[in-house]
Parts: sequence; C-alpha cells; structure tokens
Amino acid sequence: MSQLATLAILISLAYLAFLFALASWGDRRAEQGRSVIANPYIYTLSLAVYCTAWTYFGSVGVAAGQGVGFLPVYLGPTLLALLFLGPVRKILLIAKAYGITSIADFASARYGKSGAVAGLVTIVALVGSIPYISLQLKAVATGIELLLAHDGADAQGALGADSALLVALVLAAFSILFGTRHIDATEHHQGMVLAIAFESIVKLLCFLAVGVFVTWVLFAGPSDLLARAEAAGIVDRLHFSATRLGYADWFLLTLLSAFAVLLLPRQFQVVVIENLEIGHLRRASWMFPCYLLIINLFVLPIALAGLILGGTVAEADSFVLRLPLVHGQGWLAIVAFLGGLSAATAMVIVETVAVSTMISNDLVMPLLLRIRSLGLAQRPDLTGLILGVRRAGILLAIAGGYLFFHSVGEAMGLVSIGYIAFAGVAQFAPLLLLGIAWKGANRNGAVVGLLAGFSVWLYTLVLPSFVTAGVLPESLLREGPFGVALLRPTALFGLEGLHPVAHCTLWSLSANTGLLVLVSLLTRASDLERLQAILFVDVEQSRRTPRLWRGEAKVGALEELLVRFLGRPAAEAIWRAETARRGRPLDPDEPADAGLVERAERQLARAIGAASARAVVASAVRGESIGPDALLEILDETQKVIEYSRRLEQKSQELEAATAELRHANERLRELDRLKDDFLATVSHELRTPLTSIRSFSEILLDNPDLGAEERAHFLRIITSESERLTRLINDVLDLSKIESGRMDWQIGPADLAELVREGIRAAQGLVAEKGVELEVAIPDEPAPVTCDRDRIVQVVLNLLSNACKFVPRPGGRVRVELQRKGPMFEIRVEDNGPGVPPAARELVFEKFHQLTGDLNTQKPTGTGLGLTISKQIVERFGGRIWVEDARLGGAALCFTLPVAESPSAVRAAA
Amino acid sequence: MSDTRFARLLAVALVALTLFNFPMIEVIERWSELSGVALVPVYFFGAWAGVIALAAWLLERESGGEP
Repeated sequence: MSQLATLAILISLAYLAFLFALASWGDRRAEQGRSVIANPYIYTLSLAVYCTAWTYFGSVGVAAGQGVGFLPVYLGPTLLALLFLGPVRKILLIAKAYGITSIADFASARYGKSGAVAGLVTIVALVGSIPYISLQLKAVATGIELLLAHDGADAQGALGADSALLVALVLAAFSILFGTRHIDATEHHQGMVLAIAFESIVKLLCFLAVGVFVTWVLFAGPSDLLARAEAAGIVDRLHFSATRLGYADWFLLTLLSAFAVLLLPRQFQVVVIENLEIGHLRRASWMFPCYLLIINLFVLPIALAGLILGGTVAEADSFVLRLPLVHGQGWLAIVAFLGGLSAATAMVIVETVAVSTMISNDLVMPLLLRIRSLGLAQRPDLTGLILGVRRAGILLAIAGGYLFFHSVGEAMGLVSIGYIAFAGVAQFAPLLLLGIAWKGANRNGAVVGLLAGFSVWLYTLVLPSFVTAGVLPESLLREGPFGVALLRPTALFGLEGLHPVAHCTLWSLSANTGLLVLVSLLTRASDLERLQAILFVDVEQSRRTPRLWRGEAKVGALEELLVRFLGRPAAEAIWRAETARRGRPLDPDEPADAGLVERAERQLARAIGAASARAVVASAVRGESIGPDALLEILDETQKVIEYSRRLEQKSQELEAATAELRHANERLRELDRLKDDFLATVSHELRTPLTSIRSFSEILLDNPDLGAEERAHFLRIITSESERLTRLINDVLDLSKIESGRMDWQIGPADLAELVREGIRAAQGLVAEKGVELEVAIPDEPAPVTCDRDRIVQVVLNLLSNACKFVPRPGGRVRVELQRKGPMFEIRVEDNGPGVPPAARELVFEKFHQLTGDLNTQKPTGTGLGLTISKQIVERFGGRIWVEDARLGGAALCFTLPVAESPSAVRAAA
Repeated sequence: MSDTRFARLLAVALVALTLFNFPMIEVIERWSELSGVALVPVYFFGAWAGVIALAAWLLERESGGEP
C-alpha cells in the first residue's frame, strides 16, 4: 500500500480516536455539572453539522457546472435562522416542557401520543436519511480511492475490498461506540455535541486552507482567477443562467433547504434536542448564517480553478482533494481529506444517533411492548435490550446507505443524492409547523398528509433516481407508467419545466399540507389529541401540564419501571430527587400521586419516547385512561381554580374599598367630634355674654335701690332684651340640634311659596321699619305650589331678611325680595346694598356661629350666628339649595330654591 | 421585548427573501449581461453578508436585556 494513502488513513484513525476522547471528556464534564458546551458558540458550531460532505465536496461539483446553483442550500437556512426567535423558539419550548427526544417523538406527542404517527415519522426519517448517509460514504470512499490512485495503487487490490464498504464498517463501529455507550436519563449528549462542534471547526479550516492555496498559490488572487477563467471561456458559469434553474425552482429549493435545516433528523437533534439553553438561539440566529457564508466563500474559486487547470465537470465533486494532489501538495491533500472526513463523520454520528433513537423509542419498543406474549413489561432490566435495538438501528441506517450507494448512488452527483433526503424530510414540515400553530390539526390529518407526501416523494424523486441508475427502464420517465403520459414521475399531471427536486417539493408538500388540513377539518380528534394540541399550541400559557392520570399506582411499581428502563443508577438519582422534593422517604406501598406518575412518565419519555412511555406507565397504573368525563373534570377543576382566584381578587378589591370607606368615615367622625367641641365652646361663650350683662345690670339694680326711675327702666329694658337674645339663641340651638339629629317634627304639606314669602316679609316689617330700609318686593301673582313645612320656610325668609337688614347702610339701606320660577325650581332672592360677602367666605357664612364683621359695620352683629345654618338645613331638607352671590343692588344676594310641587292643581294651572 | 425583536428579524427575513429571489436576480443578471462583469456571485455574497450584518446588529444591540 502506498505512502500517502497509508499516512492519510492512519491520521484519520488517530483523528477518530481523538474525537472519541474529546466526547468522553465532554460527557464527564457534563456529569460533574461543569458543562463545556453551554454557550452559544458551541451551539452554533454544532448546528454546522448541516455542512456535510455535500457542502465540502459537492458544492464545488455543482458550482463547476452550474455556477451559483449551489447557493439555495445555504440561503434557505439563513432565512430560517432569522426565524430562530419565532417558530423555532416555540418548538424548543415545547420540546423542553414535555421531554421530547426526537422529531418522531415530537410529532407523536403533538398528535395524542400516537404510536402510528411516531412510527410513520421514524420510517420516513430512516428512508430519508439513507441516501444522505450513502452520500457521505461515497464522498469518503472517493477520497480514499483518489489518494490511492495518486500513489498508483488500485483500490480494490490495496484494500482487498471495496472502499465504500470499509468506510461504512468503520463509520458504523465508530457511531455505535459513540452513540450508544449508555442510556441517558436526559436527552442530551454533551460529549457528542462537543465533538461535532470541534469537527465543524476542522472542516471549515481545512476547506479554507484549500481555498487559500488555490486562490493565492495556484493563482495570483481572485482577479487573476477571473481573468484566466475569461481566457478559458468558462466565465459564463458566473451568470445566473448557468444554474439552469427557473425562479420557481430557485425559490422552491431555498424553501426546501430552509425546512431541511430544522427537520433533518440530525438537525432536529442539534437544534432542538441538544439545546441546553433557549437563549443560545439569539446568537446562533446570525452566527450560523455567518458560518455558512464563510464555508462557501471559496466554492466558486475552487470550481473555476479546477476547470481552468483541466478538470472536467464530472470530476468536480473531488476538486477539493484533486487540486492539492495534482499539484504535489501531499500534506494539503491529507488536510483536505481530513476536512471531508470530519464533515462526513459528524453527519453520520448525529444522524444515526437521531435515527436509531427514533427506531428504538418510536418504532420497535412500542411494538415489542405491545406484544404481550413477550412479557417485556415484566422483564427486570430492559436497558440492554434498548441499547441493542439502537445499535441495530445504526447498523440498519448505515447498511441502507451502503446499499443505496451501490445500487443508485454511484451514478449520481453528491448534491442530487442530498436533495432526495431534503425533499423526504420536508414532509414533516406541515404536521410540525401546523401542529404548533393550529389546534385543529389532528392525528388523522397528520397521518394521511404524511403518507401522501411520502408517496409523492417516492414516486417523483426516488423512483427517477433508480431510473438514472439504470435499475428501472428509462421509458418510465419518458412515457409514464403503462404509457400514461400524465403520470410521468418527473412531469406529474403534465407539469413540465421544473427542476426534478422543485417538482417533487411542489407536489408532495401541496398534497401533504392540503390533505392534513382537509382531513383534520373532516374528522374528529380524540380527547387526548385535543388536550395535547392545546398544550403544544399554547405552550407559553400551559407550561404546567394538567394532571392526566387518575388511576391507582403504587410508588414501588413506578420505581421498578424506572429501574427497568433507565437502569438502577439513573432511577435512584430520580428517586433521591423525589425524596428531597417531599422531605420524606417514599414508601413503596403508598399510592403514587398524579404528579409523581407524570414525572415518572416524563423521565421515561426521555429514554424511550412519549408513545412508549405512555404505554409502559399505563401498564403499571391500574386506572382508566383519560376519557371525556375525566377531561371535563380536569377542565372543571381548572375552571374552579380560575373562578376561585377571580373571586379572591374581587374580595380583596371589596376589602380595599371597605377599608377606604372606613377610613373616610373615621375622618368624618373625628371632624364631627372637633365640630362638636367647637360648637359647645361657642355656645357657652354666646350664652355667657348676655348672661353677664343681665347679671351685672341686675346687681346694679340690687345694690342701688335709690336709682332714678328712668335709669332703672333703661337697665330693665337691657335685661329684657338680653333675655330675649338668650331665648332666641337657645331656640336656635334647639332647632339646629333637632334638625341635625333628625328629631325635628316637620309639618309637611302643600303650600304657596309666594304666600309664605309675603308672610315672612310681614313678620320682618317691624325690623325693616326700625332700620329705615327701603324694601322692594317682586313676587308674581299666580300661586307658587311647593311641598314644605310652612312655618320653617317663613322662618328662612325672615332669617334672610333680617340678615340683609343687618348689613345695609343706615340711612339709604335697600333690600329687594324676588320670587321667580326657574325650570323645576322656584328661586327666592334677597338682595341688599350692604358690603357684600367676599367670594372666599361664601361657603363659610352657612357654618355655625360664623359671623361676618364687615368693615362698614363695626357694630357687633346682633344675630345668634345660627340663622343661616338653620336656613340651610331647612332648605336642603325640602330638596332646595341655598347660596350667596353678588347682588344687582351692590351688596350680597342670598338665594334659595325649592322644587316645584307637581300637584294636580299646579298641572291644571300650567295647562 | 422578545416579540418586538422577532418582528424585526421577520422583517429582515422578508428583505432577504426579496433580495435572494425574482425579480432582484433578474435585475442583476441584466446588469451583468450589459456590463460584461460577472456580478451575480458578488451580488449574492454581498446581499447575504448585508442581511447577516443587519441581523447581527439587531440581535446584539441590546444584548443586556435577554439571555
């Protein structure tokens, strides 16, 4: 065996060993809780597992023939990455909330934990990844053959077998070692993520190294390259027309790639399952496109250089390796091969881990568990069985890839093979994206849509590839099956002119989406499906899963399940956490509560998927599964809780209002208390003044019996008038206290207000004459019907008049009394030409004992200071209002209103 | 907060969709034919870099707020 190839193979094996060590170190760090991958940079690099041998070798192959035709595969993911914070974030939230382990698990959980959906998705994913894995085998095998051929050796002779088989075996062994070391109680494989992130750096640097070598060593930079391309007549490759793609093709291929970057099993694994923190999405949202841009920078230069230097388009898939080899750069060739190997191994590792997990969790285990005769649910330890199934799954996927390569792949370009896989997994897009946005999507719709899309994909894309490989006759494509031209696989229903992949994408996704929507609308979803739909679509609101199990399960039975499926150490760790949560050890004989059952199911789901976990737990829990009644009960309970909390809120609001009212009442009470004290003080003072003068004059009379008759009479008059003032004061105080305490004896009846006012004027006649006041009266002749206590209203009029007379100048005092109707009220105005009331005091005059000491009138007022207060109480008692304003005569106008009584006679008068 | 940010990125994605498709490609292809310079690859990589830069600016500008 030759020197260079031997060296390359040895270095490759050393590289794989190093990867293994790196992954083990990453796992150990994760177990110690010191994760090395918990940052957005490693996350972004792990997403770059998207760039496989397809990117590494195949892009140049496409670019050599079709110029920028390789770009949609990277522009699509760029568009999707920009949406990381939207739908992708939602998918991550859901996956984290419900312990999702794969894309099949996700779909199954969404559609009522359906085993059928899980199995179907697994089969599509497996079938879709087979061409993709074969692509990697082909690329690596081609690389090895090139290295051998360079040394002048014959591949078959040197290796004793075909290189693709050897590559397949090495990759299978490596993947099994790598991916199925143990069953994780968590769904994260931190070591693997670390390894593929490292591989992403390796493939990027290797590709850039080749690019720099080609551009600046073989050529004198980009402009030289361009000039030589022009000279060689291949510059037309740089036009869009070289892609031979229509705009519809271009758009559909971009869309397809956007789906692929999320839906390929390995992409779903790294984007969703392996994500440690949702926050990492933000930075990955722009750094991942950045990676894609950088790794594609040298694709066109390498393609052009290869063509200029005499390569053919058919060889272009291996230009990356050929150019260093042809120009004697042995070490660079090894670097280039290593880069390709790292791209291929990363893909195969993650893809097989993802697919084998699906095969065991979502296809095989549920089937085995369902076969009762196997008695699996009673076996003491199932971890060995699960690992065995996963290893078989890895072998199956890689063996499938090898067979596909042999039967079909050898005749096809790398990118054509890759596109088949893209279009296959794109069939998950409708059920996944509609599933997280539309609650109406149900299991029947998902199954029918997926089956239809999958069939169209097989017919329009996979079938033609077998024709290309010569397995099937070419007439199938030209004339259609049985000569039916409308059914030609690459021109279905006569739709011609599209790129085959775009053609497949259009038909398969249309059929898939259309049937998903249609069947969902036409069929009924089960209760569990509807519940899961709500949990998924409203994931932000329903992070807390409602309790779903209502049966009887013993704690011991659950523990046994966990031991069987997760192994003893993992199960014991979970049990320790449960004990810590409760603060007491769990008794194996006590019944498990709903929360414990649910958490156990979730832990199991991480290892064996939602559908299997449900079946397993159901076998241990002796209880009815969820029926409409139970669901209604759950809803009802939730409703009650909501109602209760709403009521609580209402109560607390009421309490607050009541507190405010109480505080207000308390303030009012304090105010009243203060007023009462003031009142008592004022009343005592007011009583003392006349009493003092009565007493002093009585003493004078007593002590001086020889006073003159005239003087004696004068003193007695003073005593009489002061006694009258005392009487008035006491009457007023009594009135006021009666009114205020509500003990006033009102004599209510119909009355003519005009008459009452006249009566009041008559009562004040003496006072008016005494003060020499000129009195004007303007009262209409017709009656003014009111309902009131006659005497009290007369008292009010008298009060107001005497008040006015008190303040008018002497001589020249003028007072005007006026009555008029204003709408539903009668208004009485008593105006004077006195000093008036300043606006600030207009409210105060109605307070008890508030007496104005006007500037003009220096004489002490003779009133009690209660007149206006009593008047106000009386007027307000009968629904009126009393106030002070400026008078036309220049002084104050004291006005009050009383409502018009709508007595029959008044109505008659109005008519 | 997160919603506004996503809305902005959605706008960037729409801009990118426009730049990467008909009719922009057609326009560049015409210019390319008229001028005899191979503009298409330069245009794609330029527009691509521009979109990424815009997204990076929007996402990193207020990085203190969210994890």
